Amino acid sequence: MVNLLEVKNATKRFGNFTALNDVSIQVPKGSIFGLLGPNGAGKTTLIRIINQITLPDEGSVYLDDEPLQPIHIRDIGYLPEERGLYKSMKVGEQALYLAQLKGLGKNEAKERLKYWFDKFEIGHWWDKKIQELSKGMAQKVQFIVTVLHKPKLLIFDEPFSGFDPINANLIKDEILQLRDEGATVIFSTHRMESVEELCDHIALINKSKKILEGKVSDIKRAYRSNTFEVGVLTEDNDALYAAINDQFIAERADFRAIDDQLKMKITLDKEGTSNDLLQYLSTKGQVLRFNEVIPEVNEIFIKTITNNG
Amino acid sequence: MDKLKLIIKREFIARVRNRTFVMMTFLSPLIFVGMIMLITWLTTINKGELHTVVLFDETGMFTSDFKDSDTIDYLDYSELTLNDAKDSVVINQLYGLLYIPNKASNSELANSIQFYTDESPNAEILTGLESVISSKLTDQNFQKKGLDIGVIKDSKAEVSIQIENFMGERTSKMSNYIKMIFGGAAGYLLMMFIVIYGNMIMRSVIEEKANRIIEIIISSVKPFQLMMGKILGTSFAGILQFFIWLVLGTILIFVLPYVFGLDASGIQTAESIEIPGKSKEEIQLILQDILKLPLGMLVTSFFIYFISGYFLYSSIYAAIGAAVDNETDSQQFMLPIIFPLMLGIYVGFFTVIDNPHGAVSTIFSMIPLTSPIVMLMRIPFGVPWWQVLISFLLLFGSIIFMIWFAAKIYRVGILMYGKKPSYKELFKWLKY
Repeated sequence: MVNLLEVKNATKRFGNFTALNDVSIQVPKGSIFGLLGPNGAGKTTLIRIINQITLPDEGSVYLDDEPLQPIHIRDIGYLPEERGLYKSMKVGEQALYLAQLKGLGKNEAKERLKYWFDKFEIGHWWDKKIQELSKGMAQKVQFIVTVLHKPKLLIFDEPFSGFDPINANLIKDEILQLRDEGATVIFSTHRMESVEELCDHIALINKSKKILEGKVSDIKRAYRSNTFEVGVLTEDNDALYAAINDQFIAERADFRAIDDQLKMKITLDKEGTSNDLLQYLSTKGQVLRFNEVIPEVNEIFIKTITNNG
Repeated sequence: MDKLKLIIKREFIARVRNRTFVMMTFLSPLIFVGMIMLITWLTTINKGELHTVVLFDETGMFTSDFKDSDTIDYLDYSELTLNDAKDSVVINQLYGLLYIPNKASNSELANSIQFYTDESPNAEILTGLESVISSKLTDQNFQKKGLDIGVIKDSKAEVSIQIENFMGERTSKMSNYIKMIFGGAAGYLLMMFIVIYGNMIMRSVIEEKANRIIEIIISSVKPFQLMMGKILGTSFAGILQFFIWLVLGTILIFVLPYVFGLDASGIQTAESIEIPGKSKEEIQLILQDILKLPLGMLVTSFFIYFISGYFLYSSIYAAIGAAVDNETDSQQFMLPIIFPLMLGIYVGFFTVIDNPHGAVSTIFSMIPLTSPIVMLMRIPFGVPWWQVLISFLLLFGSIIFMIWFAAKIYRVGILMYGKKPSYKELFKWLKY
């Protein structure tokens, strides 16, 4: 797969503090790339380097195989976490100004703004001042400004904060649509459920170092623990639980079910296969549930960070 | 370059549309001219007040010498007793009573004259009374010694020293004052401009930080461009405001007197009061002096120092705005701006006027932070070209340095939230 963006060995120091330590990432074209990490890990610094707001002390950044240059500003759309607009400036003027700063011509910018304002049904806001709008409303305007110049690379830092669920969904759909139209998206967030839902690639940064990167499915495969969630209907739950615990590593689990069954999480050793387990269980009772426990990104996140801590 | 233009345009429009800015632009000249009018008017009222002074002259020599004028009416109560005269002054609420006792000798008399009044007496009136008595006594003394007053008056010589430079040009005695006024006005104007528009720049930087729009913008433009755009855009707004003030002020000064007829006469009296001591020739010399000032040099250096001084300070203002989160926090960094400005003004108004080419004046007109103001004040007095050159080169160098310095602070500061940086931290930012 071709990479749209490559960061190679980026290091950034602020005085004695190292904000980024030899970080490399590869963002495939057309992917939604989740940039994860606890607070203060260095995500924002990395994003600022990609946006040419800060220059790395060492390392280099390539966009479309070209070293990053000021001209690339128009290829990138950035919605920072700390975002806002001029309070006393009218919505339309402001959007036009920001679009022109990105390098769009005035008429073109106007046309596209009209399209987006109609799409979000906010055309009547054009002459309002930002201070008259709610936070969520202002964020819609910011989103439009971010994507207006049709950048190849979109960078969203906590894009859903401040949105109500309806608008968050609207934005999510827009992001997916932009991806389908060919844009590549970098997505930095703490909200793991949206990562799970949207991202196909992730990189995990902790304490200024990258500790994990790859396709979400590959990472999940690497982190699968051969654990299965099982529900078995028997006469005596406790007896079966004791018996199973002799042969496997099991623990009680909890999930919704109709019957009063024995609910367990069973972890097999490396050689064990699901079929062996299933065969064994079928001799003990009626197997009502049997599925693999796939590690959630959230779990992987916590696990990796605790291990590296 | 296009982006810089966009930023300048936005900043300019944002400043100019601001309600306070519009109000200041149109109200200030009104307030200013109004103040002048008020002061003139008040002076006229004061001048017009008529005081009644009662004379109690036991000698009977002076009565005819006190002549009623526009401001003083004299009443002679010498026929009454002193106490009755005093009482009637109090009862009729007159201004005061001049008591001239009968003494053996003039020298004794000279020191025993008294003025009774409830108010603290107007110095002008008192001096007037004194001079009448003193000239009468002097004349009497001359006569007693057998001197002819007519001869003495004829032999009195009025001396007025004419000032001329070595090129043979005559100058008025006012020459120094004129230079002082020109230099002082230029220096003061620069200081006001720096403080007003520098603050505006600082506020607009803080606003962008507080609104959190800064990161959106600097993902499109370089922080340096944004900073320069702000400084330039705000300056243009400032120049526009100054221009409007100038035009409006001029119009008002000429128009208002005609609207209020009374005030017009007020201004004229004020003028005629100041000038009568000077002859026509003197006034002409003053005009000549103004024309003889190195006007070309003056205007050129005014623009150069004005612009450079303004840039020097406004970049500091921008850096301070970037370093803090709100205006309250900016106070701690104001000292580096206010101190040199004040120093410049004080050195200008005290030292330069006293000795425009002395060591102190020369040194302060070289030091970059004070040089714009001090040099502007010195230039009307004639400064050797090499001094101007050195001062300008130093200033120019420090502008480059200061803009570089400010840009560094600015670049880091605009992305720092939530903490109040110390000077130490600011210097650390330079290395980021």
